[in-house]
Amino acid sequence: MPVHSALGQSNKRLSLGEKLRQITWGLALTILAVSSIGFVMLYSAAGGDWDPWASRQISRFAMGFAIMIAVATVDIRFWMKAAYPFYALSVVLLVAVDLMGEVGMGAQRWLDLGFVQIQPAELAKISIVLVIARYFHGINHEQIGNPLYLVWPILLTLVPAFLIFKQPKLGTTLVVLTTTAIVFFMAGVRMWKFILVASAAAGAVPIAWSLLRDYQRQRVLTFLNPESDPLGAGYHIIQSKIALGSGGIWGKGLGGGTQSHLQFLPEKQTDFIFTMLSEEFGFVGGLVLIGLYTIIVLYGLAIALRARSQFGRLVAVGLLSGIYLNALINMAMVMGLVPVVGEPLPLVSYGGTSMLTLLFGFGILIGVYVHRDVAVPRRSDT
Amino acid sequence: MNRLMNRDRDAARSKLFTRRLALLAGGKMALFGVLVGRMYYLQVVEADKYRTMADDNRINLRLLAPPRGRIVDRYGKVIAENQLNYRVVVVAEQTGSVAATLDALSEIVPISDTERRRILREVSRKRRFLPVTVKDNLAWDDVSRIAVNSPDLPGVSIDVGSTRLYPFGDTTSHLIGYVAPPAESDLTGDPLLELPDFRIGRNGIERVYDLALRGRAGNTQIEVNALGRPIRELARNEGEPGHDIVLTLDAALQEFTAKRLAQEESAAAVVMDVSNGDVLTMVSHPSYDPHEFARGISGPAWRALLANSKAPLTNKAISGQYAPGSTYKMMVALAAMESGVSPDFRVNCPGHMELGDNKFHCWKRGGHGPLDMIEALSQSCDVYFYEMGRRLGPERMADMARRFGLGATLSIDLPGERAGIIPTRVWKQARTGKGWATGESLVASIGQGYVLTTPLQLATMTARLVNGGFAVSPHLTRDIVQERRLVERPQGNFPSIGVPQANLAVMLRGMRAVINDPRGTAFRQRIVDQNWTFGGKTGTSQVRRITEEERRVGLRKPDQVPWRERDHALFVGYAPLESPRYAVSVIVEHGGGGSAVAAPIAKEVLSEAMRLERERERTRPQSPARVAERSG
Repeated sequence: MPVHSALGQSNKRLSLGEKLRQITWGLALTILAVSSIGFVMLYSAAGGDWDPWASRQISRFAMGFAIMIAVATVDIRFWMKAAYPFYALSVVLLVAVDLMGEVGMGAQRWLDLGFVQIQPAELAKISIVLVIARYFHGINHEQIGNPLYLVWPILLTLVPAFLIFKQPKLGTTLVVLTTTAIVFFMAGVRMWKFILVASAAAGAVPIAWSLLRDYQRQRVLTFLNPESDPLGAGYHIIQSKIALGSGGIWGKGLGGGTQSHLQFLPEKQTDFIFTMLSEEFGFVGGLVLIGLYTIIVLYGLAIALRARSQFGRLVAVGLLSGIYLNALINMAMVMGLVPVVGEPLPLVSYGGTSMLTLLFGFGILIGVYVHRDVAVPRRSDT
Repeated sequence: MNRLMNRDRDAARSKLFTRRLALLAGGKMALFGVLVGRMYYLQVVEADKYRTMADDNRINLRLLAPPRGRIVDRYGKVIAENQLNYRVVVVAEQTGSVAATLDALSEIVPISDTERRRILREVSRKRRFLPVTVKDNLAWDDVSRIAVNSPDLPGVSIDVGSTRLYPFGDTTSHLIGYVAPPAESDLTGDPLLELPDFRIGRNGIERVYDLALRGRAGNTQIEVNALGRPIRELARNEGEPGHDIVLTLDAALQEFTAKRLAQEESAAAVVMDVSNGDVLTMVSHPSYDPHEFARGISGPAWRALLANSKAPLTNKAISGQYAPGSTYKMMVALAAMESGVSPDFRVNCPGHMELGDNKFHCWKRGGHGPLDMIEALSQSCDVYFYEMGRRLGPERMADMARRFGLGATLSIDLPGERAGIIPTRVWKQARTGKGWATGESLVASIGQGYVLTTPLQLATMTARLVNGGFAVSPHLTRDIVQERRLVERPQGNFPSIGVPQANLAVMLRGMRAVINDPRGTAFRQRIVDQNWTFGGKTGTSQVRRITEEERRVGLRKPDQVPWRERDHALFVGYAPLESPRYAVSVIVEHGGGGSAVAAPIAKEVLSEAMRLERERERTRPQSPARVAERSG
């Protein structure tokens, strides 16, 4: 049993066995459950076949799950140290993908490193949280009150956010900005500053509008009135709502989704997988998935609450919020509540790199819990 | 000290963090709550609406065209039916290359370059899983050869459609009409009409009984995907096939008559059952091939039909209006008797009749001498009837003619029937604004001048003359459409036309003498080698007035006169003489004399009718069979 000091923080190194015992297996189990829903839906999406999606997703999950456990045993002080190099790496990759990335679906998102395709935007989501958390960990309460101290973390956020926006990946940009805003908020930045930024952002809407690509503008416009173009831009939203609605309370059964299987739904294995779930398993199916996400959120918030170091708390809240926002935006999108921005549903949508980076992030989150009592110095070099 | 301050600061920061974390957790849960609310709204509140929309999405209702009813003659012989049309189609998606497949296919069935271009054009226009017709109306040999070679012909398949077939071809085309794709103006909103293969009746029986022949459309519910590709059939309703139409026509007699008329340039003939008005034969020559219309007639072929001076598209039996000539004389004779002229009253024929400054000639230059009514009919003396016409005036002649069905349509179940003209003073005043001249009564009395009749009217007139004076009216079908349903034609008693039997008997004796009296105009056509014979009346109707100059010089020989100016040859007749069953009328346009040209045709047609009757009695003693099951 580790003996904690009066201050509650310890510099004692934990053994590997102790770390594994500290892992929040309940959270890992919930992650497995959510991913399993994804496997079933991918099986159904292929018309009742493990190929081509479900089997690959399972093997990626198995790999990712192992990585998650391994990452959970890494001392969070390592992430503190690695924050800037990791951040620098993701910015470099974002620039690289801008210069040479493959163009898919009207956007440059992938970087092919030969053995693996990576989405730098996914990595950036994690690295930004780490670097911002590290920054706020290093300054005190009074300094946070001073606006000058906010310039650096804002810059740290905007550079990758701009690169992601330029890809162009509107959804991810919004997730990144909102996530960092949450970290700022949790670090103690005053409310009125958020209100100020929000009003400034509202004023900037016309400028942003002029920067949007045509298809993005179209998405916003048809979102406001999808029925205006039922066979064109509004088609996906309408078909998705029809699929959801026709599922009813209990759904049409596994493989029984007519909308999904008759190809009325676009990208049913990725962005619109929640629609398919809701069509085949109805309101109840959707409710179960949202329930599981809620459990993950509660685990994440509990971890943040239990962490003794500010770095741990902010990392936990930041990583969790990123995942939460992805899930929220995806589901709200397919329900016709927000524009179709092309965000995958965490752990459920098909996609190897997204699955791996997600589980990597969960690894860090669990690691925060495992190392919740570790004393993190103000500066990583002390 | 520093440590303590740090501890305090950490505690404060921790407290703030906890407070804000609670706020964040609340916000996150609230947003998830919004999602759940939205899901509840879509999936529980509005579920029915979206379920309907999903079904609308996936279910494609397709109409199944009902097979069109057949048309058969009175003995059940098929006159119009549906023939399976085998066509070879290619589905682009299933071929490796459409061009290569067409190459392979062209070794079995020839494909011309133009066809090939059309196919490739259609392939590029349609979606790749939709079939494109390569060739229509395949022979069975080709079908089987394609089937045998199918492994080498990916994407090629045989499709079965239906086309209308008329086994009697142009023999019946004026009666049956034809079917053709609906025009824009035919579209009534019935989706059946918009099916690509659907044909509607365009003329004749096909048009008049179109609704009964059509039947009721079935439908099939097909599940389709977002691209419209059929996945599977969910339900099928076969609909109701069209009703068969049974005609009163005798196809064998029709065919015989058509063949006989084909020897003439332009002619029409009608044979009718005198007791009930059944039309047994109705031929108009020349004719046209109805299949050309079912397939879609080409522009040049259509223009050629329209331009043809013999009017092949017109059914002359009901639409052709001709001066009846001497066939009208029975009407004048009956009118004369009704106004008190005795059949024994004699009129002297010196070869002409003078009225004022005008001279009205008899066809016989030297004249007939004194004649009674029967002699006047059998020898067709014009002067006798001039005298009657002068005494009667137009009204009394017209009254009699109307009672025999002339001067008005007879409401036969065919489109395009004309009324003809039976002139009166009132009619002339209204038509020309001028008064009636006595000379016009003379002209009308020999069925010339304003008088116009159709061959169908003349046959009906003859039937009414020989059936005891009953107003039978002609029809072509056994059934009539009543309240949108096909019901048997009521076999009611026909009203009498109110002519005394004695008067009719005089007419029969006159018409008998035309053929059988040595002085009769058609004596040469008499039948001696049979146990039956026939009666009738010849008619020669002038197309243009004979000038005094021509009378002096002498009439030209018919072959010296341009065809258009030659006389129409007419004959009305009946058989057998003793108890008449068949009435016939024949007109040969610009054929010359009625006795020389029209009477022989009538004789042959009546002979064939009698021969067929005896033949059928031998082989099938029972009465004409009906096609028993309608709905089957």
